[in-house]
Amino acid sequence: MRDILTVMWKEWRELLWHGGSLRGGRLSLVVLLGVFGVLLPYQSGREWLTSPGTMFYWCWVPLMLVAGAIADAFAGERERHTLETLLASRLPDRAILLGKVFAAVAYGWLLVMLMLVLSVVTVNVRAAASGLLAPWPLLFPRPFAVGAPVLALLGAGLAASAGVLVSLRASSVRQAAQSLNVAILVLMLVPILVSQALSDATLSQLGAWAASAGAWRIIWVVAAALAVLDAVLLAAALGRFRRARLMLD
Amino acid sequence: MGETVIRADQLSRTFQTVRALDRLDLEVPAGIVFGFLGPNGAGKTTAIRLLLGLLEPTAGSATVLGHDVGRDSHRIRERAGALLEHPGLYERLSAEDNLGFYARVWKLGAAACDARIRELLEPLGLWDRRREPVGQWSRGMKQKLAVARALLHRPALLFLDEPTAGLDPVAAAALRDDLGTLVRREGVTVFLTTHNLAEAERLCARVAVIKQGRLLAVGNPDELTARRTARVEVTGRGFTDALLADLGRREEVSRAVLRDGRLTIELTRAGDVAPLVSLIVQAGASVEEVRKDRASLEDVFLTLMEEDR
Repeated sequence: MRDILTVMWKEWRELLWHGGSLRGGRLSLVVLLGVFGVLLPYQSGREWLTSPGTMFYWCWVPLMLVAGAIADAFAGERERHTLETLLASRLPDRAILLGKVFAAVAYGWLLVMLMLVLSVVTVNVRAAASGLLAPWPLLFPRPFAVGAPVLALLGAGLAASAGVLVSLRASSVRQAAQSLNVAILVLMLVPILVSQALSDATLSQLGAWAASAGAWRIIWVVAAALAVLDAVLLAAALGRFRRARLMLD
Repeated sequence: MGETVIRADQLSRTFQTVRALDRLDLEVPAGIVFGFLGPNGAGKTTAIRLLLGLLEPTAGSATVLGHDVGRDSHRIRERAGALLEHPGLYERLSAEDNLGFYARVWKLGAAACDARIRELLEPLGLWDRRREPVGQWSRGMKQKLAVARALLHRPALLFLDEPTAGLDPVAAAALRDDLGTLVRREGVTVFLTTHNLAEAERLCARVAVIKQGRLLAVGNPDELTARRTARVEVTGRGFTDALLADLGRREEVSRAVLRDGRLTIELTRAGDVAPLVSLIVQAGASVEEVRKDRASLEDVFLTLMEEDR
């Protein structure tokens, strides 16, 4: 575990400390927090907390955040000629891989949590400024408040474990990032395309099932599916990670 | 000679059709700087990768620090340090963070880590600049930092893969000096690959010469140079073709040539040159000066490369 934390420490340091100062890393964080924690919630108001459509953001944002970080994991080390030195250290294979995956997941998930908290504050500040009366404070509905962190964590895990597989094989960060962005785009388009391909009767049956199942059940079904996917992809990445193979790649 | 740190037995590695390392037999004793010399593409880096367990051999075996490179490579990496083909530094991070990361990797405590970083960076002249991002540094400074990183955990064995390659002569000389000082102070065994023969002659107690994956020679630099051609240069007058022919017929002479009025005699082995000088005098030439050059490691290296062609 200590070795995993060591790798995570280095990954975080590299993610946040651009050019030896926090400035570059901090700026991109401020932009992200500003858009998803302040700007969009301020524009949407109370809707931001209650609309099921907002859930889309909390699935998509961690994917994007983690994809950007994980693309660099191995492809970046290879591109910057630091991989061989890392592999020549005493760190076990598993610690290197899991350290990189967990660092990316933690980065994406913690940012999403910050955005969620900030968006609640923003919506409440706006409501107070516009003279809205009780009930105070305005919060996410309970299934959402529990589901968003869980799904964001599993979504980040999905992006990280799929991303690390791509990064292990990619020859450059750009190539890894492009492959991951295409994969995320496909992932986002699939539900839309599937829904278009289904007949109206099937769609209304699905709608009826969703209404009867309720938000909790849907969240746990999605969470279970994501957890299985995460585990399968992570196992594949662990199987793929071999020092000798990486040297030859 | 003490304990053997590296022992390779018919160690081979093939990449598709290319035999990068061909049945290498090698023993490296503890406590010395061992030079592994060869031209580009000779198999030096492949040898280091195999010895660190970063690549698997296609045939043969090797033990490093008593551990088999196939089965126990993690134990080798625990006790060895390496400066490989590239410095391998995280350029966005400061020098202190680079060393801090590897100190955590090798489980140095916080206090020990700080003291060790200072101990290594001060003699290299990098202590005052430890908080700067490494990306802003010159290549020579990066190489010095990479040497410090490789020594951070007090390894029993240090692999250095062409540490001065790509440096300007001043930076290379500075790094060589620092390397010599640090290695003596730390008492570490060093496996140094290089094609810089002056560097090898200066730093190494024992060298091996490799070409196209095959070991051509191994020994200490003095032994190797003693085995090889020496050269005698004679300045004077009256060196005739007949004299050159007479010299060329002698067993200990490989070649005698006249260049700019100076007679150069290349010898097949080191030895007494007095009989040659008397032959020259008896032939009627007048001798003003006789200079005997000892073969350098470079001469040995070039001869080996030539012989293997």
